[in-house]
Amino acid sequence: MNIVVCMKSVPSSETKVKINSDGVTIEQTDVVFEINPYDEYAIEEAIRAKEAHGGKVTILTLGAATATQNIRKALAMGADEALHLICENTELADSSAIAELLYSAIKEIEFDVIFCGKKAIDCDNHQLPNRLAQLLDIPAVTAISNLELTTESGSAKRNIEGGTELISVNLPALFSAEKGLNEPRYASLPGIMAAKKKPLEERQVSLSNEKSTVLSLELPPPKPKGRIVGEGPEAAGELVRILREEAKVI
Amino acid sequence: MAQGVLIFAEQREGVLKPSSLEAATLGRELKKQIGGELSVAIIGANSSSLSSEFKQYGVDKVYLADSEELNQYDGERYTALLAEAVSKAEPSVLIIVASAMGKDIAPRVASSLDAGLATDCTDVEVIDGKIIITRPVYAGKAFIKLRIDSDIQILSIRPNVFPKKVEGDTDPEVIDLQIGEKKYPVSEVQHVKSERPELTEASIIVSGGRGMGGPENFHVTEELADVLGAAVGASRAVVDAGWRPHTEQVGQTGKTVSPNLYIACGISGAIQHLAGMSSSKVIVAINKDAEAPIFKVATYGIVGDLFEVVPKMIESIKSLNETS
Repeated sequence: MNIVVCMKSVPSSETKVKINSDGVTIEQTDVVFEINPYDEYAIEEAIRAKEAHGGKVTILTLGAATATQNIRKALAMGADEALHLICENTELADSSAIAELLYSAIKEIEFDVIFCGKKAIDCDNHQLPNRLAQLLDIPAVTAISNLELTTESGSAKRNIEGGTELISVNLPALFSAEKGLNEPRYASLPGIMAAKKKPLEERQVSLSNEKSTVLSLELPPPKPKGRIVGEGPEAAGELVRILREEAKVI
Repeated sequence: MAQGVLIFAEQREGVLKPSSLEAATLGRELKKQIGGELSVAIIGANSSSLSSEFKQYGVDKVYLADSEELNQYDGERYTALLAEAVSKAEPSVLIIVASAMGKDIAPRVASSLDAGLATDCTDVEVIDGKIIITRPVYAGKAFIKLRIDSDIQILSIRPNVFPKKVEGDTDPEVIDLQIGEKKYPVSEVQHVKSERPELTEASIIVSGGRGMGGPENFHVTEELADVLGAAVGASRAVVDAGWRPHTEQVGQTGKTVSPNLYIACGISGAIQHLAGMSSSKVIVAINKDAEAPIFKVATYGIVGDLFEVVPKMIESIKSLNETS
């Protein structure tokens, strides 16, 4: 089974966002970049599929040259090889243009399954997996929390408001991972050593045919200072009164 | 020439998602500024009766696909039908609700129309006939403004942000959509229901964190949620500890929510949690530690033991409910 995992390197969720003077990008000094958390579930699921059915796992990353260290981490977890499409400033770039670049690369790779994270935690776009599946003309099941995979098909569970959908599709297919799909493994020391020798191809690419333009990036307005209603259980009644009579939210 | 606004009306089992009326209200306001017609695409089994729910939202046309085959959401089929509605209506704006279904269908339809898409929008304005969209990035740590450059501008809106408002009374013309062949076999779609309100749709959320002490204590926050008709949320710490299911996690690696009221019990306020909930309209924090970061975003706070404070709150809400 040949598996491709789309992986993005993103500012860690602990990052305090500061905006550059250009007004459209964030300051990257002191920012720690990690594997997008949803992509970690995708990588883990891919490695498990390889362990069960054989084949190989290819990591596909579009992003800055500095993403290399996170690609090596994915290889250390157990992926076999990687293709890094190098392009700077893609963090908040147009999803359509990004999907086109990944599509051009993937159509030259033999695959049965593609795994993605359901979204990247920087742009929060939630677009790439379905755009990619649409371009490749294959079925997609997004934001899955469970998957049973055979060599012919995949049955996936997907959380929706107040319930769950169970969807089975034939391969080749794309699945995007939701938290809860699995518990990603830590790279072992031999894994880390082996990763250094695994093939990592780099290609320079550039975005074209963007269908949206970023005009500005701003911090949210500061919150007005809150009010401590009181201390301990004696304050509970007053809080409820405020919520009912002043804030009118209950 | 593309003109007007098309709304995707989301329904499950013949019940309209209330946020679809928020989308219709926004659509009506945009139409006033950019011209053209306001239309709605309704797709699903037993969905024809839903068109009447849009009567008071200024809708001119309804594009309808009502068939037993459409009784479950199916990305491929629904996308093809929505794309057909677009080719018939030729709108310059398509609005979808950023729900589980909307998050799935929006990029599919954008890709099939070779169009730009802005997801989870929280504000929209019209400048020179084009829409300018504001949407959160980094889970709300920053907001981006963007413009869509394709002929059709597609956006999904965050539920609970755009108010819905009735205005006028129309009798929309109904146009049927053709249901085509399926390309990808989907062997089975099942839908399993759960009971509590969904986090991203709830107007009140009661969340618990580390301060809850253990999984056995969450009946306290659940009871508060029940007297308020609220959804139940959790911090990443308690989800990762296995105390609560992943579906309840609020934050940058969970759900980003903006309810009218968010009550944080025993949550200290890690930066990734604050990102996911700080756009809530009113935030209440109950925490023993007066220095906890959660108090920096809270509208109202009580410094104290949640196991003493929350039961008192439940008591006073119950007595208010009885007297009113």
